[in-house]
Amino acid sequence: MAASSHIPLVEMRDIEKHFGSVIALSGVSVTVNAGEVHCLLGDNGAGKSTFIKTMAGVFRPTSGQMLIDGKPVTFSGPRDALDAGIATVYQDLAMIPLMSVTRNFFMGREPVKGIWPFRHVDFDFCDRVTREEMKRIGIDVRDPGQAVGTLSGGERQCVAISRAVYFGAKVLILDEPTSALGVRQTSMVLKYIDMVRKRGLGVVFITHNVRHAMAVGNRFTVLNRGKTLGTARRGEITAEELQNLMAGGRELAELSDELGGTV
Amino acid sequence: MSQQEAANLASAKDERLKEAPLVLRLMRRPELGAVMGLMIVTVFFIVVANATMFEFSGIMNFLAPAAQLGILAIGASLLMVGGEFDLSVGSMVAFTGLIFAACVVTIGLPLPVAILLTLAFAAAMGLMNGQIVIHTGLPSFIVTLAFLFILRGLSLVGLKWATGGSTQLRGVREAATQTPLDSFFYEIFAGDVFEGLFSWLAANDLIAKFPNGQPKVTGIPVEIVWFALIAVLAAWVLTRTRYGNWIFAAGGDANAARNSGVPVRRVKTSLFMITACCAALVAILTVLDSGSTDARRGFQKEFEAIIAAVIGGCLLTGGYGSAIGAAIGAIIFGMVLIGLTYTTIDQDWYLVFLGAMLLMAVFFNNIIRKRVTGER
Repeated sequence: MAASSHIPLVEMRDIEKHFGSVIALSGVSVTVNAGEVHCLLGDNGAGKSTFIKTMAGVFRPTSGQMLIDGKPVTFSGPRDALDAGIATVYQDLAMIPLMSVTRNFFMGREPVKGIWPFRHVDFDFCDRVTREEMKRIGIDVRDPGQAVGTLSGGERQCVAISRAVYFGAKVLILDEPTSALGVRQTSMVLKYIDMVRKRGLGVVFITHNVRHAMAVGNRFTVLNRGKTLGTARRGEITAEELQNLMAGGRELAELSDELGGTV
Repeated sequence: MSQQEAANLASAKDERLKEAPLVLRLMRRPELGAVMGLMIVTVFFIVVANATMFEFSGIMNFLAPAAQLGILAIGASLLMVGGEFDLSVGSMVAFTGLIFAACVVTIGLPLPVAILLTLAFAAAMGLMNGQIVIHTGLPSFIVTLAFLFILRGLSLVGLKWATGGSTQLRGVREAATQTPLDSFFYEIFAGDVFEGLFSWLAANDLIAKFPNGQPKVTGIPVEIVWFALIAVLAAWVLTRTRYGNWIFAAGGDANAARNSGVPVRRVKTSLFMITACCAALVAILTVLDSGSTDARRGFQKEFEAIIAAVIGGCLLTGGYGSAIGAAIGAIIFGMVLIGLTYTTIDQDWYLVFLGAMLLMAVFFNNIIRKRVTGER
C-alpha cells in the first residue's frame, strides 16, 4: 500500500493503562494509515474497549506515547481527540433515541449563526445536511425531525458513521459496528466502511467476528489479555489463524474439533 | 395484481405517508398535553365559573400566582430535561427571600446591590447542589431533598437571627424605596407595569373603569411580565440554541452526550444554578410585593413546579420536555387555584386536582412518547 510509506495518521506506542491494581493494557502498539482499515480483534475482556477509549481521549494512558501525523500528543478529553480528527463510533452509538436525527447528527458540534446574545443553531442548514448525508448512504429519512429511536440498528450505525465522516474525521474508530446487526444490515455497514476507506480515512474496526474483519480489513491486530499478539497484513494470515489467535489458539482448535469445525 | 396496480398501491401508500408528518409533528410537540389540559380547564371554568373570571381583571388575578409558580416551573423543566431534579426550590425561595430581606432591611444595602447579592447567592447554592450531585454520583433527588430541609431550617434560624426571635421580617417596602435609585429598581421588581397605557386606555373608554375614571386594572403585575419574558427566553434557549441541544443531550443520555463532546457536567451544574436563580427571582418578586418575608414562603412549591413541568411534557427520566409546556402547566395551576373561588366548589378540591392532573399527565406523556420515538 502506498499509504504505508507515509507517516501514519495515528501511532500508539506501548500504551499501558492501569485501573488501580487492574492492568487493562500492558503495552499495546498500533498504527493507523490513511485509506486503510485496521481491524482490532480480540475476545471479550481483551482490552479492545480500553484501548480505543484511550485513543479517543476518554482515558489517559498510564504510560506510552501517542503520535498524530508523527507528532506526540496528549488528550485531556474526548473533545481534544475530536479536534485532532479522531472520531469514535461507540457500540451504543452516542445517539439519543428521544432526540431527532438532526439534533443527534449535530450534537456537540452545532453550527451557529447570529451574534451573541442572539446566537442560535442554524437548524435549516442542519436539516438540509442531515437529509443529504442520509441520502448519500441510502437511508430514506422522510423527516430529519423524526426521533432516532424510530430508525433500525443498521440505519443508526450508518448515521453515526456518516456523522463522524461529515465532521472531518481523519481517523474513524468503529467499536463493534456489526455485532448487533442482521446479515443485510451488516453488509450495508461493511459497504459503507469500504466507502469511507476509499475516501482516504483511516479506519480502526473493532470486532470479534473474523469474517467481518476479513471482508474489509487491510491489516489485523489481535489483542489478548491487554497485549498485542501481533499485526498481520491482508493475505499474510488466514481467517482460521486469526480466529485461533483471538481465542488463545489451542483451546479453540480442540473445541472446533469437538463441534465439527463450526466455531 | 398487475404491476401497474401494485405501483398504484405503493404510490397510494406514499400519499398516506405524506399526510402523517403533519399529525406526527403536532404529536411530537411535548407541550401538546399541556395545551389540551389548558383547553379543558378553560372550557370547564367558562361553563362553571362566574363570568367575571375571564374579564381582564379576572385573568390578571389568576395569572399572578401562575406567574410565580411558572418562573419556578420553567427552571424546573430545564433541569428536568437536563436529567436532574431540584426538590429544594421551595426552600430556596424562603432562604433567598430571607437573604434578600436581610440585605435590604437588616444591613440596609441599596436595592440593586441586594438583588445582585441574592441572585449570586442562589447561583452559588445551585453550584453547590450541582457539584455535590456530579461528584458524588448520588441521585439529585436525594441531594436536593436534603437541601429542602437544610434550607428550610436555615430560613427559620436566620429569620430569628435577623429579627431577634420572630419568623417574619417586615419593612422591606419602606427600606427598598428610600433613594431614587432604589425606587427605580423597585418598579422593575414590584407593582404593575404599563400603568400609563392603562389609564390612557381607560380615559378613552377602551377598558373597564371605575366611576371615578380609574381603570379597573391599573396595569399588568410585573411578575407576569417576568414570567412571559423568562418563558420565551427559556423556550428559545432550549429549542434553538446550542446550549439547549446540550440540555436535551445531557438528559437523554449523559454518556452518549459526553462521548459526542457535550460538556455534560458544566451543562448540569449551570442548570442547577439557573433553577436556583429562578427561585431567587420569585423570592425577590414576592418579598417586594408583600413587603415582608417569612419562613413558610415557597412551601411545597418544589412539588408544584415539578408537577407543572410534567404537565408541560417533561419526562421524569429526562431528555424530553418543554419550557413553554411548563409555563402552560403553571397557568393551569393558577387558573384552578383562583378559578375555584369564582365557583361554588370547595377550594380544597385544588389538592385533589393537583394529584389527578399529575397522574393523567404522566400517563398521557408516556403514550405519546412511545408513539413518537417508536419505542416498544
